[in-house]
Amino acid sequence: MSSIAGSKSGLTWAVHLSVIGLVLLWLFPTVGLLISSFRTADQIYSSGWWKAAFTQQQNLVLRTKAPSEQGQEGDLFVISGNIFADNEANSDATIVAWGTSSRAIDDYVPGDTADMGEDGKLTVQANGDYRLENGTEFSGSRGERVFVTANTPPDFTLANYERVLFSGSGTDSMAKAFFNTLTVTIPATVIPIVIAAFAAYALAWMRFPGRALLIAAVVALLVVPLQLALIPLLRLHLEIGIGKGYLGVWLAHTGFGLPLAVYLLRNYMVGLPRDIIECAKVDGATDFQIFTRIVLPLSFPALASFAIFQFLWTWNDLLVAKVFLIDATGETTVMTNQIVELLGTRGGNWEILATAAFVSIAVPLIVFFAMQRYLVRGLLAGSVK
Amino acid sequence: MHPALLGLITIIAGVGGCLGYFFLSNLVLDKVLFPASGPNAGRNINRANLVRPWLFLFPAIFALGLYLAYPVFETLRLSLTDRDAGGAFVGLDHYRQMAAEPKFWEAMRNNMMWLIVVPAASTAFGLMAAQLTDRIKWGNIAKSLIFMPMAISFVGASVIFKLVYDARPAGQEQIGVLNAVWLTFDGGLWSVLALRVVPAIVLLAFAALMLYALYAFLTPVFRPQASHSGSNWLATLGRIVGSVGVAWLAFLSARSLISLFTMSFPYGEPQTWLTVPFWNNFFLMAVLVWIQTGFAMVILSAALRGIPEETIEAAVIDGAGPFDIFFKIKVPQIMGTIVVVWTTITLVVLKVFDIVYAMTNGQWETQVLANYMFDKLFRANDWGVGSASAIVIMLLVSPILVWNVYNARKEMR
Repeated sequence: MSSIAGSKSGLTWAVHLSVIGLVLLWLFPTVGLLISSFRTADQIYSSGWWKAAFTQQQNLVLRTKAPSEQGQEGDLFVISGNIFADNEANSDATIVAWGTSSRAIDDYVPGDTADMGEDGKLTVQANGDYRLENGTEFSGSRGERVFVTANTPPDFTLANYERVLFSGSGTDSMAKAFFNTLTVTIPATVIPIVIAAFAAYALAWMRFPGRALLIAAVVALLVVPLQLALIPLLRLHLEIGIGKGYLGVWLAHTGFGLPLAVYLLRNYMVGLPRDIIECAKVDGATDFQIFTRIVLPLSFPALASFAIFQFLWTWNDLLVAKVFLIDATGETTVMTNQIVELLGTRGGNWEILATAAFVSIAVPLIVFFAMQRYLVRGLLAGSVK
Repeated sequence: MHPALLGLITIIAGVGGCLGYFFLSNLVLDKVLFPASGPNAGRNINRANLVRPWLFLFPAIFALGLYLAYPVFETLRLSLTDRDAGGAFVGLDHYRQMAAEPKFWEAMRNNMMWLIVVPAASTAFGLMAAQLTDRIKWGNIAKSLIFMPMAISFVGASVIFKLVYDARPAGQEQIGVLNAVWLTFDGGLWSVLALRVVPAIVLLAFAALMLYALYAFLTPVFRPQASHSGSNWLATLGRIVGSVGVAWLAFLSARSLISLFTMSFPYGEPQTWLTVPFWNNFFLMAVLVWIQTGFAMVILSAALRGIPEETIEAAVIDGAGPFDIFFKIKVPQIMGTIVVVWTTITLVVLKVFDIVYAMTNGQWETQVLANYMFDKLFRANDWGVGSASAIVIMLLVSPILVWNVYNARKEMR
């Protein structure tokens, strides 16, 4: 509406720019983690992820091969090879300067020959090939130190994902936690929908005393913090023999998800056209038939939006899983818990952390982008009056 | 048995059991208990219809009662009794013990800050994003990108922001964005602009907004309108409480405005952001704001679209500028939705646990109530104090609970 002639162009530009700024600000943190998950540990520590797409200059301390590998050409003793041989991450780096002492690390350019007196003469090429020659035999057990300033082209790797998903190593592996999370999530999403759908139908289309009171109770329970339920329910589970385990966490998620499910579904079902339901009644359909044949299929959008909510919530949950599922053995750990443990034990290993976090984020993100329409609809049904 | 198989069986048993329960109980009701035939057919149909709703509702009522309603009372009971003394009634002892702990008051103070900052910032950013993206072509893409963090778990978001806040010793390359930006400040013009002038403008704007809100709150109190007859003393009370809160916020922002210009910044030193007392709370809050802004934006943008065009057209014809239209025409019309968004985010804030647990675990003065409670329940194994703090959370939630029920009932009539 602000598009009156004259005042338009300047303001429109400002709007576009500020939206771009806002979107970038919101994307920036996630993109950082995503990019970090494709970099090696060395790269992550040597430069910020925002520089990942550019050639980086690194200072490295490398060694030539040990004297035991020297060869003889005429009366010269020679050690030759590639300086990056043991340093795979930098195998395609280009040397821009090098030196033989820590005080002058950029004394020479590639192709130069450094005369190190009785230690011999060293020539280093831009691609890392070196040749160390001497009139007398090399001695000692370690190779010559070379200080290298190298340009490393951008490089991305899938090794982190391989390690996190397929290595099978106890602490790093997310594979088990991934399947555990899936095992928690799917029943915990499906069961409340079934229970809530029936209740919502009764609250929307059946007449009985106390209906208004029940709806008010559902609205009230919608905001009860689940923190209150932890101790009493854990005690109950332990007493009746469910203990800590999948059954307990499914039941808990079902209970905690029900208020929203009933509320959303009832609000949707109330809006269905009365004529259809009354026609069916006149034709002799029972309530059970009306529900399964008419109301349930028509309520698909609301069912879908609740399913997405519940899925995201159970997938991302940490508290309920910690209290009702994960026992001392840790066999049933879920991904969120695994990540928190990684934060504790491997707080500095960003390549593992970033990849693990992204594995856990990926599924909700796919669901989110695929079914955003239903999610938005559900949000609106839940809050806008 | 393999858990995945167990899961499959549970789905089948759960869903099949529910459907079977509903089907069979209806069948029994219609054919055995009150058959719709024979001499009493009419009476039987009526009776069956009296019973049926409860058949439909039973599983939900049972689960809700057992998993949400019963725990409220059980927690209350636990907070008043002592487990070690065999469940003897100890009155308010646990609450007294809790009130004597500085960590509890730290959690309360932090929770209050979370309660003010996160809903305010999320709603403000959400409203801004909604308004800005509403009329541009690629607005929907922008919206879904800002909305995206909603799908990310609090734990995942904590990892994401831990990378942002990462600090390495001075002299090394910084890999955390915040420190990389921080190190570009050196006390020159750019730093004065970014660290003093811009925050000052934000604070001034906030203070001005609060003063305006104070004015809006108090005008009707001193100029009661005749048309509003009846008992609106509750509204008046609410307005007075609200204006006290708003005045306090305005005072706070004015005070921080002064300290903003008097404090000196440690330029050039990488900061471990999460260990700086007091301010680290805000770095944790940023995570939740980042997540919740999308939610606020989606709902507010729907509300903005629901505003009748005529009101805006009328304002345009009367010569209102874009800012006037936004603040004087649009915002008042979506005030109801803003309140809903605000309260919904408030509820999320009161329960916030994962972010603090994953990022600092309450160290460096970042404790919040939910994490304090988890600490007490599962680390100190102190059920009395843990339950007492859970009840405190419940008490903080209850005004919203009453308000929601009140609104829902008003709508139903």
